[in-house]
Amino acid sequence: MKYLLLIYNDPDRLGAMRKEEFDRELAHCYERAHELMAEGRLLSSERLQLPDTATTVRIRDGAMSVTDGPFAETKEYLAGFNVIEARDLNEAIRLAAGFPWAKTGSVEVRPIAQSLP
Amino acid sequence: MVALSAQAALKARIDTLYRSESRRVLATLIRLLGDFDVAEEALHDAFRAAVEQWSSTGVPDNPRAWLVSAGRFKAIDRLRRNARFQGDFESIVQGLAAADADPADRDFDQVEDDRLRLVFTCCHPALAPDAQIALTLREVCDLTTEEIARAFLVPTPTVAQRIVRAKHRLRDAGIPYEVPGHAELPQRLDSVLRVIFLVFNEGYSATAGDSIERRDLTGEAIRLARLLLTLLQDAEVMGLLALMLLHTSRRAARVGADGDLVLLPEQDRRLWDRALIAEGEALVQRAMATRRIGVYTLQAAIAAEHARATTSADTDWSRIIALYDILRRADPSPVIELNRAVAVSMRDGPQPGLDLIDALLARGDLADYHLAHAARADLCERLGRFGDARSAYRRALALVRQTPERRYLEQRLSGLPSR
Repeated sequence: MKYLLLIYNDPDRLGAMRKEEFDRELAHCYERAHELMAEGRLLSSERLQLPDTATTVRIRDGAMSVTDGPFAETKEYLAGFNVIEARDLNEAIRLAAGFPWAKTGSVEVRPIAQSLP
Repeated sequence: MVALSAQAALKARIDTLYRSESRRVLATLIRLLGDFDVAEEALHDAFRAAVEQWSSTGVPDNPRAWLVSAGRFKAIDRLRRNARFQGDFESIVQGLAAADADPADRDFDQVEDDRLRLVFTCCHPALAPDAQIALTLREVCDLTTEEIARAFLVPTPTVAQRIVRAKHRLRDAGIPYEVPGHAELPQRLDSVLRVIFLVFNEGYSATAGDSIERRDLTGEAIRLARLLLTLLQDAEVMGLLALMLLHTSRRAARVGADGDLVLLPEQDRRLWDRALIAEGEALVQRAMATRRIGVYTLQAAIAAEHARATTSADTDWSRIIALYDILRRADPSPVIELNRAVAVSMRDGPQPGLDLIDALLARGDLADYHLAHAARADLCERLGRFGDARSAYRRALALVRQTPERRYLEQRLSGLPSR
């Protein structure tokens, strides 16, 4: 099954880290990502730019509106995502916990619905 | 094309190996690595390494030992790499690397011990029953979290959390990965048998949902009991396996063509599976011969009595009541009292049975159990007390959660003569 790992960062926690600590976590993340990619378990992985670059598009009553944001109530923001292949939800959770980002924020694990026929 | 078909043949061979050996390899890796999650990752790595290496080297003589070695090596390698980032793992890694030089354990007894360790650990009394069931089905039976959730009609994240918490509990409480010693064994075995029987019961008589049974669960429970019996020749393991086989033998007869429930007295006994009955009866006799007769063997002996009778009227109700009398002394439970009351009503008529059920309900034990009210309704109906039957059927209907049982009760209610 495919699962989407939505990685949320907590700016307070990240800000409290020393630079070498952060660099080490990032290096760990990249190594883990390369490893999982080579094994065919990591299907795609992207880091996002900061949330102040976000734009939201809506169409209401036929009219399009474009706004800044969203700026969520919570401090955590969506920082990136991975699409992984795992046997079941517990394996997906195990892989999610293997990335350092669960420590600096949270990782939401969502099963991907079956693709279009 | 030749290379391609060789590759496909190897893939098929490895898939077969995964089905037959992955639980054994996992059980040994948990012992060697001391952690469920690390072992699961190592198992994954080992099978991946097999796909890569066996295409050039061929399948080794002892693939299981190869997989254990490869898994252990990969796990140590992974922990070592992680240690570079975390620091605190190095001592664990050194401990693991220093462990016995040949961990592959070619000794079959040792491998089978590992499987028993896994079963006993997953069913450890420090874990809640729900957690024991989820962990056993996933680690021992290799069901996915999603399959377990579907089978028990529980959201997948709920099952996933139970499994994660159970593993943490095992780790934090320092539960040793071992087969319990003689003194502890009976009590610990009870816990394993209860897990198997709960899985079976949920499959055989689903507490809720649209169908009477969920065969995946009955099949897994029987598979587990068979595995346990190959590992541990215990009378109650025989009794439990016999009980499940004897119940399963009636499978084709207890569901009508329209998915409706058919109760034991009305079942077409020609549809009963004679091979399962023969196997169940033989196991009951083996268990009885040990003279250490427990509650599962007694229940299996009752089921065997039913299986023996060619018609409902032909059933030896006195013997069944006698078995219930022993059973209720060994395991005093209101459900057993209820079943005994029904057997009494079959031998002595509806009134004595009804008196027993009314006494049980007056104690409040089974007030929320739909089958107690359904049995009461049936006996009232047989006594011509249709008003009482009506209110008892209604009470049962208010409590029932499974669609076919509900339909059955509705039919019985609407079949009552009006006044």
